[in-house]
Amino acid sequence: MVQIKMHLLVCGGTGCRASESAVLVEQLNHQLKLNGLADEVKVITTGCFGFCEKGPIVKVIPDNTFYTNVTPEDAEEIVKEHVLKGRKVNRLLYEDPETQEHVSDSKHMEFYQKQVRIALRNCGFIDPENIDEYIVRDGYAALGQVLASDPKETIDIIKKSGLRGRGGAGFPTGLKWEIAAGNKADQKYVVCNADEGDPGAFMDRSILEGDPNSIIEAMAICGYCIGATKGLIYIRAEYPLAIHRLEIAIKQAREYGLLGKDILGSGFDFDIELRLGAGAFVCGEETALIHSMEGFRGEPTIKPPFPAQSGYLGKPTNVNNVETFANVPPIILKGWEWFNSIGSEKSKGTKVFALAGKINNVGLIEVPMGTTLRDVIFEIGGGIKDGKRFKAVQTGGPSGGCLTEQHLDTPIDFEHLAAAGSMMGSGGMIVMDEDDCMVSVAKFYLDFIVEESCGKCAPCRIGSKRMHEILEKICQGKGTMEDLDYLENLGKVIKDTALCGLGQTAPNPVLSTLLYFRDEYVAHVIDKKCPAGQCKALKSYTIDPEKCIGCTLCARTCPTNAIIGDKKVPHVIDQSKCIKCGACYDKCKFGAIQIR
Amino acid sequence: MDKIKLTIDNMPVEVVKGTTIFQAARQVGINIPALCYMNLEHLGVENRPGACRICVVEVEGRRNLAPSCSTDCTEGMVVKTNTPKVLNARKVVMELILSNHPNDCLACPSNNKCELQTLAATLGIREIPMVENAAMSTYRKDHSLSLQRDMDKCILCRRCETMCNDVQTVGALGTINRGFISVVAPAFEQDLADSSCVFCGQCVAVCPTGALTRTDDTGRVFKALADPTKTVVVQTAPAVRAALGEEFGIKPGTSVTGKMAAALRRLGFDKVFDTDFAADLTIMEEGTELLGRIGAFLGGDTSVKLPLLTSCCPAWINFFEQNYSDMLDQPSTAKSPQQMFGAVAKNYLAKKMGVKREDLVVVSVMPCIAKKYECTRKEFSVDGNPDVDISISTVELASMIKMANIDFVSLPDEDFDHPLGESTGAAVIFGATGGVMEAAVRTAYEVFTGKTLERLDFKELRGFEGIRTASVDFNGTTVNVCIAHQLGNARKVMDGVRSGELNFHAIEVMACPGGCIGGAGQPYHLGDSSVLKARAESLYKEDADKPLRKSHENPYITKLYEEFLGEPMSELAHHLLHTHYFDKHHKI
Amino acid sequence: MKIELHDSHIRQIKEICDSFDNNPGELINVLHKTQNVFGYLPEEIQRVIARNLGIPVTRVYGVVSFYSFFTMKPKGKYAVSLCMGTACYVRGAEDVLDELKKELGIEVGGVTEDGKFSLDCLRCVGACGLAPVLMIGEKVYGRLTPSMVKGVLAEYE
Repeated sequence: MVQIKMHLLVCGGTGCRASESAVLVEQLNHQLKLNGLADEVKVITTGCFGFCEKGPIVKVIPDNTFYTNVTPEDAEEIVKEHVLKGRKVNRLLYEDPETQEHVSDSKHMEFYQKQVRIALRNCGFIDPENIDEYIVRDGYAALGQVLASDPKETIDIIKKSGLRGRGGAGFPTGLKWEIAAGNKADQKYVVCNADEGDPGAFMDRSILEGDPNSIIEAMAICGYCIGATKGLIYIRAEYPLAIHRLEIAIKQAREYGLLGKDILGSGFDFDIELRLGAGAFVCGEETALIHSMEGFRGEPTIKPPFPAQSGYLGKPTNVNNVETFANVPPIILKGWEWFNSIGSEKSKGTKVFALAGKINNVGLIEVPMGTTLRDVIFEIGGGIKDGKRFKAVQTGGPSGGCLTEQHLDTPIDFEHLAAAGSMMGSGGMIVMDEDDCMVSVAKFYLDFIVEESCGKCAPCRIGSKRMHEILEKICQGKGTMEDLDYLENLGKVIKDTALCGLGQTAPNPVLSTLLYFRDEYVAHVIDKKCPAGQCKALKSYTIDPEKCIGCTLCARTCPTNAIIGDKKVPHVIDQSKCIKCGACYDKCKFGAIQIR
Repeated sequence: MDKIKLTIDNMPVEVVKGTTIFQAARQVGINIPALCYMNLEHLGVENRPGACRICVVEVEGRRNLAPSCSTDCTEGMVVKTNTPKVLNARKVVMELILSNHPNDCLACPSNNKCELQTLAATLGIREIPMVENAAMSTYRKDHSLSLQRDMDKCILCRRCETMCNDVQTVGALGTINRGFISVVAPAFEQDLADSSCVFCGQCVAVCPTGALTRTDDTGRVFKALADPTKTVVVQTAPAVRAALGEEFGIKPGTSVTGKMAAALRRLGFDKVFDTDFAADLTIMEEGTELLGRIGAFLGGDTSVKLPLLTSCCPAWINFFEQNYSDMLDQPSTAKSPQQMFGAVAKNYLAKKMGVKREDLVVVSVMPCIAKKYECTRKEFSVDGNPDVDISISTVELASMIKMANIDFVSLPDEDFDHPLGESTGAAVIFGATGGVMEAAVRTAYEVFTGKTLERLDFKELRGFEGIRTASVDFNGTTVNVCIAHQLGNARKVMDGVRSGELNFHAIEVMACPGGCIGGAGQPYHLGDSSVLKARAESLYKEDADKPLRKSHENPYITKLYEEFLGEPMSELAHHLLHTHYFDKHHKI
Repeated sequence: MKIELHDSHIRQIKEICDSFDNNPGELINVLHKTQNVFGYLPEEIQRVIARNLGIPVTRVYGVVSFYSFFTMKPKGKYAVSLCMGTACYVRGAEDVLDELKKELGIEVGGVTEDGKFSLDCLRCVGACGLAPVLMIGEKVYGRLTPSMVKGVLAEYE
């Protein structure tokens, strides 16, 4: 048998696949074959490496060489140079934006140095479609350990570890399990909430794509602890790759006797089914999720009764989010003390964030709770794109809020984010720069809420619509100061009265921007100006007569004939006709068009 | 039972475990306002989606406000129902609801009967912010023979959905769309007439706004009354007299038969008759049919169809034709009292009065809006001339009385006209669930056994329980009967019959809660089911007070058979008083 | 627009319902599968599903009209979906959307007259590193600018 000398790990996450990573894998295999290396070097399609900004990624093991932006055409060079001759392909190495030097391996990249990977421990390291690779990295060892002990002990370990729900609200996981375990019923259910719907968040998707077995193992552990023999994964239909990989993992787990009857000879039965979502953000709320799984409209119902008492089909049901489950096996294997030692006072362990927006290193990161926003944005995230100024960071998606420069040293955990007027949420983190108008951002989130509100309760159904209308009015330059007061009162009432978590947090993006960026709202209302220059209705296009040479190009481009002027004479824009489309601005070769 | 102590607005309250804050507050005289919440206690019908958020209260230690309708009391709980925070929240939520509701109250059919309107006044709403630029959710209007849908006025309380699905199991209405444009509607927003709607109207009976209302036919009646070429006669159903008074501020459960007859006469009806007469006639036909089937069965005829199903209720018949089209020969072929009256009026009375059929206008006053549809069924007309021309509801009659400037309360009691105005106590109780069965038993027993009944009150057949069964001893022959009201209960019984699990000789079904007294043509009960109870009691009292209490003792019925029909189930009776049923399976 | 279902279609729907034991609890899975086969869920199909599962068609329609994944209109031959997640939004997805609407001459949710393209917005496909992102069928286009729109669409002409 030939010994495998080298592994080429190629990212097969959704982002990198979109950049033809699948073709890259083909090409690499082809080149290896051409060079007679097919037996010695193995190409593995892994889950997400997290460094999506520079995808597709190829990592070479054992030397940890980290190639970025690799195209299928680069396959030949990688094989001929690196694999065959041991010479790194310098042009594909990650370039440190500050020193502008090539970094030879991932261990020396700032992006990874500050991260602690628990939930993402296997993402980017193993082939998610091969259960053996999971098992080699201690997979299913935790399940084996748990099945040999009293369920109460495991619940106790989870409780002591301090693990809290990663879906948003941060409810203590061990306590949740204990309640479900305490309710007697002929049938109970374990549900994995994989209905990740925050716009701009892809933590759960990446875990499911990169390490599906960790979720299956954790669900089985949970099932054993609470006395459930059935598990259900509610997953977005928009995640075909994650669904595909879960299906493979479930099949393989069954073949290995890790799901099904009498798991590992313990007498414990457990199996898992997939349930597809169908495009409704509100189904992330656990009661709505349960109704959706039962084939109904995904409308939330009042709690109590909690799912732990009466959930799926009226039976006690424990619902945890993907990332929460992903933390469970390591806690069992390494002990609660280990997990409890990571993180801040009340928020233990790590948190995965989907870092996106106006930031250099868009990607998936995992940091200990308590890491500051500054570290995440400027160290791991590599700072703001194109040298612009940082303005705000939005956490918690449509339920969260916008934080400012003054919050950059806030430690990221449940308590501190909530105290600052935002929330942890499921882990979306969107960075904004000076070009982003905060009123527009608030409007964007409200637009999302209006679209996604289930419509059941009046405050959310009508209130979010009204808030959106007022924001629209402000962006049009038609707002009044009374509107701001009404917006604030309305926001508070919706928070206090809406039926479910979606509605209760819906006003957060508005309330937090009103609090921290009130001057920007006032500028829209009083000065009729959008300081970030984003609100179209408040923009005005004028022509600098000094720069205009009267080439008439702009006048010919203008769709509404708003630009007047004779040849070789500076032109003028008729403001009453201008629709602010920006066509003239794009066309002018002399920089004569000004936007204010 | 476990007791819990708490304080509400500084008042100590002790309640049983499982009591909500809303209920606990009522115990100490605090009426927390609510909109979507509805609890028909006597009928086991509850709507509690927690959707309107009007009933919110402050609970010490709780992050947000609690919906009192669906928050259970806990030991030591401190509740405040009227703090500035609560009042502000209620007001803002109400303003939001109103901002998406047309403000044409003055011209709305529900004006002055609208719970939303009342609540707006209670909460002190004085303006509705930013209406000028606010979007409204609007929908196509839907007009049917029985009811009108103007869903622009829907506030998504979901009461109608609960009635249509959980209570009636008709499934014609459901919430559709998502978010701001969510609304309760038939599938594909089609017309109700094209859906599986059976026109029971229970959605109308519980709608707190003007979104679902009765079709108004009062104009047609006024027009007929003013037409000198027409002779206009009216029939009034038993349940009408038990509820009409409520529209004039008279206590629920007060029978106003005499005043009603007087009012109808003042409105200008040429003859004021009583559907009760036709109810007695129904018993003669249906009772004979039942005895015939039982007799044949006892005689060894295995092809005979038992149980016999009552056929008085048009919504039930619609439901039956859609869901049990495999059993079309099961119901009694007897027409409903409304239609029997119409047939007798147009074929017997018209001749007697010397009026041409087409010049006789038969108006019915019904507690029901399905009757509006029923009188348009093709089999109930001759050459395009219907047996019953116009059917109006109790509430429409009240509105006519008001429009005609009649001071109802001070009217004297008057009698019905003869011959179609005479009735027995058996007919009066048709208006309450179990009444038809009790009336039938009274007559069938005497006909079957040839003996006189010693005890006329069959209390075992009365009550509000959804499904009731009883065995009556017919001189050695046990007759098993079943009574169901609300179509969901009827479905349970019928599924049992179909599968062979349940065996009865006769089953009475009424679509509405409590029978006709709870019909959609009646004044709004506003979620108070004790009103229905009071109406039922008034009918049983009227029965007890009547000199004649068995249908076959009605002298005018006897005369009708002698003069015209011959005998029950005769060929002419069959032709005029019986009908057949259709397969409407395709509608579901 | 009424459509007529062939017996073979009705049989196909019945088979799908049967494969889920005609369990109304599986309604959403049934709808997914049916939409996979037919491309959309017109009224007639919903009626057949309701009958097979033994539930009111209003409930089926209530579910179909609730979830944005289900559609009652056929999509274009090439379904153009623009991601409107936050990451894409702050990197200029709105301008790309305006350009798409202009180029295709349709609004969001519409289909071009020749039935070739339909335009929809998505909430985060999870490729935020490539924001703004556009999908045509299964193919993902990243780092889009308004000026690239014409070229991308031209690939399908």
